[in-house]
Amino acid sequence: MTGLRYVYAVCRPFGTPLQSQLTGVGGAPPGLLHHHGLIAVVSQVPEADFGEEALKAHLEDLDWLSATARAHQGVIDALTTVTTPLPLRLGTVFRDCSGVRTMIEAREEDFRRTLDRLEGRVEWGVKLYLEPEPEPEPEPESAPAGPAAEPRPGSGRDYLRRRRTSTHAQEERWQRAEAFARTLHERLSRNSEDSRLHAPQNSALSTVPGRNVLNAAYLVPRAHSEEFVELVDRTKDEAPGIRVELTGPWAAYSFVGEAAP
Amino acid sequence: MTTPGRFPEPYGHGSGANLADILERVLDKGIVIAGDIRINLLDIELLTIKLRLIVASVDKAKEMGIDWWETDPALSSRARRDELTRENVELRERLARLEELELGRAPKEAP
Repeated sequence: MTGLRYVYAVCRPFGTPLQSQLTGVGGAPPGLLHHHGLIAVVSQVPEADFGEEALKAHLEDLDWLSATARAHQGVIDALTTVTTPLPLRLGTVFRDCSGVRTMIEAREEDFRRTLDRLEGRVEWGVKLYLEPEPEPEPEPESAPAGPAAEPRPGSGRDYLRRRRTSTHAQEERWQRAEAFARTLHERLSRNSEDSRLHAPQNSALSTVPGRNVLNAAYLVPRAHSEEFVELVDRTKDEAPGIRVELTGPWAAYSFVGEAAP
Repeated sequence: MTTPGRFPEPYGHGSGANLADILERVLDKGIVIAGDIRINLLDIELLTIKLRLIVASVDKAKEMGIDWWETDPALSSRARRDELTRENVELRERLARLEELELGRAPKEAP
């Protein structure tokens, strides 16, 4: 019986064993392949699911993809607690162990450089959402109180005025959110070694309420993580109508490339 | 003083993690190596457009020429409008055909 080798990450040898009940993609436990002083974290996957054609087809199946992505991330996550892994992109599959070894040899220098740069660092994700627009106050038929209220409700001029006011309010909310995002990003950048701005996630698709105005990742030394988390926590009440969301610690997914995207 | 190496509890990516966040990382970030099984995830076409959209913003997707939702009536009012337009065109054509038939018959009925 043969199986393909799925590679999750490359890292340096580490002393602590992986959790014994850890399962990788497709359910097989991940193992460590030592080569040239580096480790590839691999597991055996069936050709029927991970051969080229099968994998292509599977990638279009959201249920399969999400289960596989979670399993992949599960292994990376477990590695992150014991070492500094360089996560490979989902779906990196080799014919056999010698293919993995060849890959390690070809990229050895790269891996070492990146490992040096990221040693002991983790990634924190910070997202900022502009909370969903508060329900517009129902416009009363009779004249509302307020200095601008005209005694002729329902006139075209009233309507236009209300429209203008609400457009302005929306504009202001946006500007406030953008300004807050900028300040927050600057502050967090100062308190991290590196940062990446990612494309905002579309709320219809991420199914999270509110409009995503900042989607950033910060590279933080493991030892300073608590301070970083506290710093983010402190900002949570600073701007009304804006939600700050923190995720992590992640493996340094966003920082394994050489250049900023 | 905190214990060195002590790790804050994970935030938001346990079992209930936002799938968009996970996909954003495992599909879009990380080291790209084409294994000797040739799945090159750099090629966007390997993933369905819908999955790409989970991780890409709509604007970015549009830049990449991905706009299926605009033609999906369930997702877009414009698509619904287009559907009406299409239906309209179809009805007009049918009407024109009927009128032709009517005209074709007319001379015979004329004295």
